[in-house]
Amino acid sequence: MVNTLVKEDRWLRETYVDCLIEAAAEDERIVLLEADLSKAAGTPRFKAAYPDRLINVGIAEANMVGVAAGMNAMGKIPFTHTFTAFATRRCCDQVTLSVAYAGLNVKLMGSDPGVTAELNGGTHMSMEDVAIMRNIPGMVIYEPVDSAQLKKMMPQIIAHEGPVYIRLLRRNAVQIFDDGDDFTLGKGTMLKEGSDVTIIASGIMVAEAIRAGQALAAEGIDAEIINIHTIKPLDTEMVLASAGKTGAVVTAENASILNGLGGAVCECLSENLPVPVKRVGVKDHFGEVGFTPFLQEKYGLTDKEIAAAAKAAIAMK
Amino acid sequence: MANRYEMLQEKATEIRKLTIQTIGKLGVGHIGGALSLCEVLSVLYFDAMHVDPQDPKMADRDRFVLSKGHGGPAVYATLALKGFIPMEELDTLNRPNTHLPSHCDMKLTRGIDMSTGSLGQGFSAACGMAVAGKMDKRDLYIYAIIGDGESQEGQIWEAAMLAGSRHLDNFIAFTDYNKMQLDGYIEDVNGLYPLEDRWKSFGWYVQTVNGHDCKAIAEAIDNAKKLKGRPSMIILDTVKGKGGYFCENMVASHNMTIDEATWKKAIQLIDEEEA
Repeated sequence: MVNTLVKEDRWLRETYVDCLIEAAAEDERIVLLEADLSKAAGTPRFKAAYPDRLINVGIAEANMVGVAAGMNAMGKIPFTHTFTAFATRRCCDQVTLSVAYAGLNVKLMGSDPGVTAELNGGTHMSMEDVAIMRNIPGMVIYEPVDSAQLKKMMPQIIAHEGPVYIRLLRRNAVQIFDDGDDFTLGKGTMLKEGSDVTIIASGIMVAEAIRAGQALAAEGIDAEIINIHTIKPLDTEMVLASAGKTGAVVTAENASILNGLGGAVCECLSENLPVPVKRVGVKDHFGEVGFTPFLQEKYGLTDKEIAAAAKAAIAMK
Repeated sequence: MANRYEMLQEKATEIRKLTIQTIGKLGVGHIGGALSLCEVLSVLYFDAMHVDPQDPKMADRDRFVLSKGHGGPAVYATLALKGFIPMEELDTLNRPNTHLPSHCDMKLTRGIDMSTGSLGQGFSAACGMAVAGKMDKRDLYIYAIIGDGESQEGQIWEAAMLAGSRHLDNFIAFTDYNKMQLDGYIEDVNGLYPLEDRWKSFGWYVQTVNGHDCKAIAEAIDNAKKLKGRPSMIILDTVKGKGGYFCENMVASHNMTIDEATWKKAIQLIDEEEA
């Protein structure tokens, strides 16, 4: 783990495309589908490498998902892409029936999660995408933290027999991990052990959680910090073990707190090990235009909110 | 010995009787839109398609997607006649733990290539199969049937545009144009006229044939296979509930209850007409 919390030089999407180009060289089944957002995903590089293996269906997301399902039925492993809002709420029925219900193996990449949709604003800013995907049986939800993690996860995502929703930050991630770190789809990653409170974070909120942990440490509070990159299926073993140790939990996500990471953790704990939980995330409202730091501040997606929530959770013990 | 077309017409009649019996024994179902499919299913499974009931997952088989998934019982009758599933399995339609649900399910039924039921979606999947077939230059055809009511779904036209744009001449689709949908006549609800022109304008090779004439359907498929560079839409001029005295040409046939005396009489009448 790296503690400097500096942004990476390259956009995270470039790592995503690197991984696909590399995997496609060895696996002829890998194909990409775009709905006129290829340039946003950085996939023209893939098309340059494999001109016949990127199908741009035009601005028709529902059809893209159906076409991907049909291609998988013919043996391909398709990766679709559009913004998170359109990858989920716009084609929810197609993802549910043509992919998941049909038992087909399509990887669905949604870019610009939560507030990172920035100047595309409220229409493109999905706060509900995780909640939508969580309710689809068999769907795996993965949200990368940084490039080192994404590189390790992509081969596992490709190898997984079934649909995976990849909630991908397009721009520069804050570097958290080293290339030597290992990750497993479906298993959480322990970032720092602690004894007073557990902070469980995903995506861009991992850096905030680490900063919050540092602030709490200065006040004598020893926080355990966990990255749940696979939001579904949740690593309940790690969640329960940590909550059992600390007795108080905070979740932090760049998404609605309803039925996302926070919801999943609450379901797990309330049924198995009831302890106080505070959820940091978007509090049931729409997004708006703005750059990420402004929106994080406005919606309370910050280290300060996490630290405050940690103290509140501890006080409820 | 019956010639090619007489045999297909006989198979269509067998599919029709089995479909009436299968839905009749259950007592309720989408009989109208199943009975309008009997001839095209006969031509597909007993003439046009390269499939093997002993090897339903055969790699180089032609694929078939019933995008109007509620016509499932007619497909199940066809699969039973062709030997994909045992004839007695038809009696499990929609019973607890069945492998034959109202709408087609590729995870449950031997010989089904795509799960369908939410209208418009199967057509996109069939289009994707054709895209994949082209990508790998595979020598096979993708067949799909959509409903006329289903053609009101926007997704149909998203897929139609892509198939036309990509010149998917390995894609042969049919519209079961029986002019009716659940709530009434198509033209009263949200009209499709001029349907031929719509498909032509999306870059498709369009033929309209009598959807209850196996010879006409088989010849249209032959024509479609000869034509290169465009996907094919064969508009089947059909009658909803065709061949069922209690449901033919009736809007109410979309999904109706049927008692034992009714379905038995329907089959008897078909037998008498054949004799």
